[in-house]
Amino acid sequence: MERFSVQKKEFKDILPANTLKTRVPQVEISREIKPAPSRYRNEIAKYIIHRSDDCIKCGKCAEICPYGVHVLKPGYKYFAMPKSYLCTGEACEKTDHFCIPQCPQKALRMVKNPMIEALGDYRWPADMLLATWRMAETGAPPSEAYEYDYHCGNSGGGFDRIRFKFPEKPPVELADDEIDTSIILNRRDDGRPRIKIDVPWYGGGMSFGSVSNVTQLSKARAAVAWNIFSCSGEGGYMERMRPYDDHMITQVATGLFGVREETIQRVPIVEFKYAQGAKPGLGGHLLGDKNTPAVSKIRESVVGISLFSPFPFHSVYSIEDHMKHIDWIKHINRRALISTKVSTPTDVDMVAVGSYSAGTHIIHLDGGYGGTGAAPDIAKKNIAMPIEYAVAKVHKFLVDEGARDKVALIASGGVRTAYDIAKAIALGADGVVVGTAELISLGCVRCTRCSAGRGCPRGIATTDPGLAPQIELEWGTQRIINLYNAWRIELIGILKRFGMRSVRELVGRSDLLMHLDYNNDAHDSSTDSVIQPRKSC
Amino acid sequence: MPEKYHIKTTPVPPRLPRIGKYGIVDWREDCARCHNCVKKACVYDRHRQEAEYIRNLKYFDFLFFECMGCFSCVQNCTKDLLCLTINSEYQRLGNHYWTPEIIHITWQQAETAAVPVSGAGYRGKFAGQGFDAMWTDMSEIVRPTRDGIHGREYISTSVDIGKKPSYLEFDENKKTVFPSSIVDIPMPMIVDMNPAEYTLARLEPLIIEAVRFTDLIAIIDSAKWPGAVNESQMADIDKYLPHIAFHLNPDAPEPPIEILSKTRMVEIPDNDAVLDRIKELKKTIPELVISIRVNLDATGVQRAVELAAAGVEVIHVIADFNGDEIGPKNEKLAKPRFVKEMIREIHTTLIKDGIRDEVTVIAGSGIALPEHMAKALLCGADLISTYLPLLISLECHLCETCKPGIFCPARLEEIDFEYGVGRMRNLIAAWHLQLIELMGAMGMREARRLRGDVGRAMFFEELEEEIFGTLFGSKKRV
Repeated sequence: MERFSVQKKEFKDILPANTLKTRVPQVEISREIKPAPSRYRNEIAKYIIHRSDDCIKCGKCAEICPYGVHVLKPGYKYFAMPKSYLCTGEACEKTDHFCIPQCPQKALRMVKNPMIEALGDYRWPADMLLATWRMAETGAPPSEAYEYDYHCGNSGGGFDRIRFKFPEKPPVELADDEIDTSIILNRRDDGRPRIKIDVPWYGGGMSFGSVSNVTQLSKARAAVAWNIFSCSGEGGYMERMRPYDDHMITQVATGLFGVREETIQRVPIVEFKYAQGAKPGLGGHLLGDKNTPAVSKIRESVVGISLFSPFPFHSVYSIEDHMKHIDWIKHINRRALISTKVSTPTDVDMVAVGSYSAGTHIIHLDGGYGGTGAAPDIAKKNIAMPIEYAVAKVHKFLVDEGARDKVALIASGGVRTAYDIAKAIALGADGVVVGTAELISLGCVRCTRCSAGRGCPRGIATTDPGLAPQIELEWGTQRIINLYNAWRIELIGILKRFGMRSVRELVGRSDLLMHLDYNNDAHDSSTDSVIQPRKSC
Repeated sequence: MPEKYHIKTTPVPPRLPRIGKYGIVDWREDCARCHNCVKKACVYDRHRQEAEYIRNLKYFDFLFFECMGCFSCVQNCTKDLLCLTINSEYQRLGNHYWTPEIIHITWQQAETAAVPVSGAGYRGKFAGQGFDAMWTDMSEIVRPTRDGIHGREYISTSVDIGKKPSYLEFDENKKTVFPSSIVDIPMPMIVDMNPAEYTLARLEPLIIEAVRFTDLIAIIDSAKWPGAVNESQMADIDKYLPHIAFHLNPDAPEPPIEILSKTRMVEIPDNDAVLDRIKELKKTIPELVISIRVNLDATGVQRAVELAAAGVEVIHVIADFNGDEIGPKNEKLAKPRFVKEMIREIHTTLIKDGIRDEVTVIAGSGIALPEHMAKALLCGADLISTYLPLLISLECHLCETCKPGIFCPARLEEIDFEYGVGRMRNLIAAWHLQLIELMGAMGMREARRLRGDVGRAMFFEELEEEIFGTLFGSKKRV
């Protein structure tokens, strides 16, 4: 396979016999972009178009609107309800295709949708949700005509106050296909596969129980399509995931739910989850209502009881203990890379360098504002530092320690858009892990009810048999594939403006960033931290 | 193993219709009466409940706002007739500090006694003012916990009030001598007196019952004695007095000595003769722990330090109820100092002076959420005092119109004793659980050791300077 730099034969040589025997054929998924419209009848729109009874069905509006808001289906006498979410609203007023004044009967009316105020929050404002849905539908960034203000949220800090300092003109004119967005996840010369993924992100861990079967599979299939990874989460490795083994990360978390030798041997990356951004310093938490018979079976637990993973690993009291854990996995799976997922305490830099010295390939920092699953509100808001600080801090420390080019640094916890991805990389990450954005692409509105009762009313984060079937696998897969494609287009756009041929050139280039609350008068101090990409990368 | 501090709770539902954040507006005029009505499919059954509510409506003064904001019905209605909206009554709750979110989450805890849990990550601001400008730390790998690996059952939230001896003393029989009394309470929190703005309801009997149940202490204005307890409590007053700390109001007669001697602590408002007053009281009741209430105005920090240097054993510092410095604001500063900064200053000065353990600092004001309790301790307080959250737990809107003759939207004057005590008890229990969450994450086994441990906190300004300052230079002046 292309993403492994060693020969396929060698893999088989090092795969244990029992793994080879039980290995199932791996599924190929096309990366092709196909429209995946909203599964809801009424997509939420910024503007609402009302059509009154005065309409004479002359078709003028459908004729002039380039966005397809007005639809008169062949053979139908009446117009379908206007597709308001396609309307560009006030931006259209200045154009010659604004339908309202051109309607001969004055039967059309446009108003701002009052519901927009109730949609979204500081971190995911309405425009960001709407734009993400559009990207998941079309596979492309939304047209500028929609005037979505979606590159930043309204949280007032971190990524939302950081901007790129784009040059007026790119130093080098590059075509899209000259730009490489791939990254290498194994930067150690330790004989293990030098796994390369095609885009600098992969899917976060969401366990069966916290999300539906279809959600997990959609994520896995999109990972196959994009030659990246998805993660099983800590709830065990479902048999259904086996056709996607080569693109899966399995987690070993403190609860050890469903952790077995054979599941560890299946996958190219095994992740130790020491902590998570949703609830740093606390163990995983699955509320009793979501512990259905299917979930309890895979987790080997009792139906209906809340499942708490302990914190921390009670067998890890030091970096030396951590090293023993890593050695254990490395012996069980001789091709696997080891990822260490930690959250962001005040000495996150020491944690990272300790983890590197213990032999990890990937340091996965999950910032305090991250997470998709149920978590105490007090933990989400108050424990651990935001990822924006942690990435910069760890990157600098690893550079100073001479370890930066031996380990992949992956950031997560509040990464929402392609711009966030690029900013995280410029602050020092090699790539990122995303979770919430994937769920948004499947239609999440962030009502935060994932944890309560039967779970997500929109069928994403639930195992309830009445709710989960709302999503079809093909649709879910396509939505995530489309979102990734739109992000890649945007990322290439950013790299192009800097004249960079590879996303790896962007790593640690904080000199290309500016912060709106600062005078941005630092003396190019970040240039010391720039990691030059290795030729072989 | 000693008995664990555990507050037994039962759910106490609200008396009034909930003021939720979202509501659904239904433009019924064009309804197709289809058989697949989205209202029937509501996961939370809210539409049916709304219909029932309207049918049984006694007062037409509350609308139904219990929608969970999932947009499912809005997006599936065949005629697109439904619209989700933010409840304007919700937006009017509280003020800029005591936000609708704080009031809402307080109601939720008072009802369930549970730790509020939600999904989909954090939704709020990156950082804010005051206590929102700091994060608490967590343990990980290189130092799994400061106090060793342990379960939550080993976390102690007890703290002491009083002067701690800096060395052991022994009498002629070689027995340990304790020169002063110490009050041990199971949680770093006492209940303060109500601010003047919120005095309509007579809540003291409920508060006293709630603190007795939770083994805490409430400060009660001596001017309200003996009316602060009801008849049944008075009949069994010895049970309640250890949980009452009288604020000795200079304008009111003092409670009788036989009452005072059965309490563990009293509070005296700061004044020039306060040291003499302490001597008098100690002479009469030597074992009484005496706290001095100091207003955190422009000279409050200095005064607190002076009192500590003069040997006062407990200082209760109070800012305004939004946590800001009391009195005219310093015009040279853009904003008044927040209680957090003032606690840090008092704490660090006392350390420099070498007298930190000789005085207990109780920090009041602006404590609106359980994390504020932990953060105030990390900034240097030994424990906190608060009142408004207990009032809010009774469904108060914090509308600040507590005057006779003006309608109270929470109908506080009608509340039932059991309901009031239950709601307060539940809130205290939820705060206790959340303190344990934070301490568990920090790897701290003792609330006493949280005091001033800024190594277990991260401050927004410091992180900005340390990390972003290196990358982006100097910060713009706001």
